[in-house]
Amino acid sequence: MTIAKLARHTTFAVAAAAAFALPAKAEVDFSDETIEWVIPFSETGGSARWANFFAPLLAEAAPGEPTVVVKFMPGAGSTKGANWFQDQEHDEGTLLFGTSGSTQFPYLLGDPRVRYEYKDWIPVMASGTGGVAYLNAEDGAKFDGSANGLKDKTFIYGSQGATRLDLVPLLAWEMLGMEVEPVFGIQGRGDGRLMFERGEATIDYQTSAAYLSGSVPLVEAGTAVPMMSWGALDENGNIVRDPTFPDIPTFKEVCEATEGCETSGEAWEAWKAFFISGFPVQKLAFLPQGTPQEVVDAYVAAFDAVRSRDDFDQLAAKQVGQYPVFVGDEAAQALELAINVPDNAKVFVIQWLKDAYGVEVGN
Amino acid sequence: MDILATAVPALSEAWGLILQPVVIGYLVLGVVMGLAVGVFPGLGGIAGLSLLLPFMFGMEPVYGLALMIGMVAVVPTSDTFASVLMGIPGSSASQATVLDGFPLARKGEAARALAAAFASSLFGGLVGATFLTAFILIARPLVLAFGLPEMLMITALGLSMVAILAGRIALKGLAAAGLGIMIGTIGEAPAAGSLRMATYDVPYLVDGLKLVIVGLGIFAVPEIVSLLRQDQSIAKGAKLGAGWLHGVRDWFANIWLSIRCSLIGVTIGVIPGLGGSVVDWIAYGHTVQSTRDKSKFGKGEVRGIIGPESSNNAKEGGGLVPTLLFGIPGSGSMAIFIGAVALLGSGQIEVGPAMLKNNLDITYSIVWLLALANVAGTILCIAASPGIAKLTTIRFTYLAPFLFMLISFAAFQSGQNFEDLVALFVAGLIGIFMRRFDWSRPAFLIGFVLSAPIEKFSNQAFQIASFRFRESFADGMDYVFSPIVIVLLIITVISVILGLRQAKLIMSEGNVASGAKRAPLIMLLVITAYLTIAVVDASTISHFNITDKIVPMVIGGLALLCCLVLLVQMIRKPEGNVIFADRELAGDDAKAPHGLWATLAWFAGLIGLTGLLGFVLALLIFLLTFFRIRAQASWKMTLILTGAGIALMCLMAWLLNRDFPPGLLQEAVDLPWPLK
Repeated sequence: MTIAKLARHTTFAVAAAAAFALPAKAEVDFSDETIEWVIPFSETGGSARWANFFAPLLAEAAPGEPTVVVKFMPGAGSTKGANWFQDQEHDEGTLLFGTSGSTQFPYLLGDPRVRYEYKDWIPVMASGTGGVAYLNAEDGAKFDGSANGLKDKTFIYGSQGATRLDLVPLLAWEMLGMEVEPVFGIQGRGDGRLMFERGEATIDYQTSAAYLSGSVPLVEAGTAVPMMSWGALDENGNIVRDPTFPDIPTFKEVCEATEGCETSGEAWEAWKAFFISGFPVQKLAFLPQGTPQEVVDAYVAAFDAVRSRDDFDQLAAKQVGQYPVFVGDEAAQALELAINVPDNAKVFVIQWLKDAYGVEVGN
Repeated sequence: MDILATAVPALSEAWGLILQPVVIGYLVLGVVMGLAVGVFPGLGGIAGLSLLLPFMFGMEPVYGLALMIGMVAVVPTSDTFASVLMGIPGSSASQATVLDGFPLARKGEAARALAAAFASSLFGGLVGATFLTAFILIARPLVLAFGLPEMLMITALGLSMVAILAGRIALKGLAAAGLGIMIGTIGEAPAAGSLRMATYDVPYLVDGLKLVIVGLGIFAVPEIVSLLRQDQSIAKGAKLGAGWLHGVRDWFANIWLSIRCSLIGVTIGVIPGLGGSVVDWIAYGHTVQSTRDKSKFGKGEVRGIIGPESSNNAKEGGGLVPTLLFGIPGSGSMAIFIGAVALLGSGQIEVGPAMLKNNLDITYSIVWLLALANVAGTILCIAASPGIAKLTTIRFTYLAPFLFMLISFAAFQSGQNFEDLVALFVAGLIGIFMRRFDWSRPAFLIGFVLSAPIEKFSNQAFQIASFRFRESFADGMDYVFSPIVIVLLIITVISVILGLRQAKLIMSEGNVASGAKRAPLIMLLVITAYLTIAVVDASTISHFNITDKIVPMVIGGLALLCCLVLLVQMIRKPEGNVIFADRELAGDDAKAPHGLWATLAWFAGLIGLTGLLGFVLALLIFLLTFFRIRAQASWKMTLILTGAGIALMCLMAWLLNRDFPPGLLQEAVDLPWPLK
């Protein structure tokens, strides 16, 4: 009788201890859970590649080794997905959302369709890239580290649209006093490179990974000449040479060497602001508003473990380029940098888009 | 010689890589999965590859390639099932197959049509791979020779196939193609982003309409509704005629046609930026032109299947060239493929210009894996076709609800909006009336598919040409009138002239009776009204963005002109003239026991209920009531069929990790999957 009683007591005690132990440890465990990583683009874009690259790594590193699936919600150049995410609230912590420069630019430019607010979301990871502009062989010969010899010619450039990431190269060339005519309507930067290879376009730019795989062979074959990289940011927020391309001068250097181009003033500030938003802090992963701190911490720790893998640099080089991956507070700072564009820079760009390309954005 | 010295060892290394039992095992696994995904209309390579992606990370490269290529290669083979059996274009690669494949199925010769299609697919795939083995080494300069003017001309050549499919009244066909192009311009313009026939208040329209939805709406909905009204089986009289052996013999008798169309497929596939959308139409046009007796096209001419099917698998091989050599995806599935290849192994395979130099053996493995996948896929498909062909003998009333279910699910996958279903219904209505009044639906679809390329290439070629002309006149002429452009121009002109002359013989929709003026006139007025509104809408775009308005205004204007001439003709011609074709007057539709609107109401009901209760609950009610009331099935049968339908949907959504269309209920209450 007593033994049975004791046994029952013990069972109770163990159960109670177990029951208390769980909330006390407050450990986040995703065992048997499925994390949905929503990407507001189609399956075929760069953001899809980015998420598909990180998803299996995150699955290994997150507590309880959950399944991580990437889901796509394309529409209105990511505005649809971002508006949807704005309405999501914390629910078990199994929802992750990825944005790109194409989500940031309409937000910065005051696109009327934007109903999302970056400041409401909780960034857990951010990664970036760089970019390199290059010239055809004939005009490349006239390039001497400044654009002084390139001003009397009209260049043709295959562009995805002036309000997209192409804003950064187009504004840079304009600041250098070059005449670059964008041919709009191409589908991706790969199409732009093909146009360049066919000799229809005479100037082009690629993001880092695409430059390494697609354009470096052209440079080696002598049909393309690198002009400038957009550069990278140092700890103090200054633009320095891109560590991936230490031999290619940055736009800042070329601008300083070119007559009439200034690395101060509102054009420069505007370019720099949009460069930061579009390149070094191009892609971010967010948790929805209201996510409890321990869930946030679990994600931050997981992404930290991902980037600390011994083979991470090697794996990342092909997919996302060898650029720093920011997690937790660093990601928050990166986001801060990306969305805190001074108002006069926005006004400058909106006016420039209207004057140069007749594009009306914002009000 | 130099080329041979590198190619031969790489080729034998490639065979060494492929011919391992494990690799073949993965290939077959991929093929089986590809077939399972591909038979469902609207789900193709993109859905399948997304399914495989999670497993690619760090996988042994050859295994991963075998799995993915097995999957991609069979999609243009397996989507033939839907095209032939149900008249549903499974993907853009099998639009033309519908024209003659479905009439054959209706004659009870589905197995023959399928076998001819599969044999052609297999052969096309093999010809493509053989051609590529030699060609891939020298492909680079040729691909680079195709600039924007050349691509515009190929698009024009594709569009010229409208002439041959225009139907008995050429003007109606032209207007239908113009309407297709105009519907294709809806949304944000690709160049400067102006809105055409859309507002930001309806975000759905801003992205434009998807091919899956328009294709399903224009071809599938009218056929399903028509068959359902007649309450028969697909094969008239539920009898099966010629079998699969007959189909293989048909293919063999037309082997030269098959070779020619394979070469057309692989060549056009090589050119980046065009994708599969024109290949099957150009092959179909070639088939018609090279056939002496043209009277059977559109009524079940087996050559009309052999041509397009030979070309579309060969195209997949050709499409590898821009993907592998330039790192530029020729299609959505190729874009995922490129991303997935970089996940394989330690990421040592780099798709792009360095591929031939560093990974020639892998390149060849990919080419020949594709060919082997075609063989495996074909054998499986031919083996399955006599069984699957029996579907055509089932009373259609038992199939229709499942088809409504499948096309709704497929349409929803394209944009994951409830509006996808509404768009499907509207496209279906357009299709129903185009079919009824004998407006060429193929011409409409060609226009829709080619709308974006026409606009893109003409704008871009125009811009670059004007820069060139500014440099010097000779430079501009060199650019615009390259030898390739001139050759294509001549082919296009010939094909238009021949096409218009032959179009009267080819009734892609069968014979349609003519009668009173009123109904056909209303149809014309509605189309004219839409075109007028669209042209006026385009004209309001600011002149700064001329690139966004020029194509809709010019094409819309031309289509409008066709409509006005038709209007004059309709007023003048007496009742009973062919111009007043109306399918409700005589024939199967007129004799059908069920009315159009009552039948369509079932589909509308499914969509409406989905808007209220979400897809799964709506489907439950729809299937129960349909089987019980319309099909008059017993309760036992009703419950079994309903359960099977719901289970199939849930399984597919779960496998593909997709959601169902939500309704108002889901907005109000949080429900567990699959109800959510």
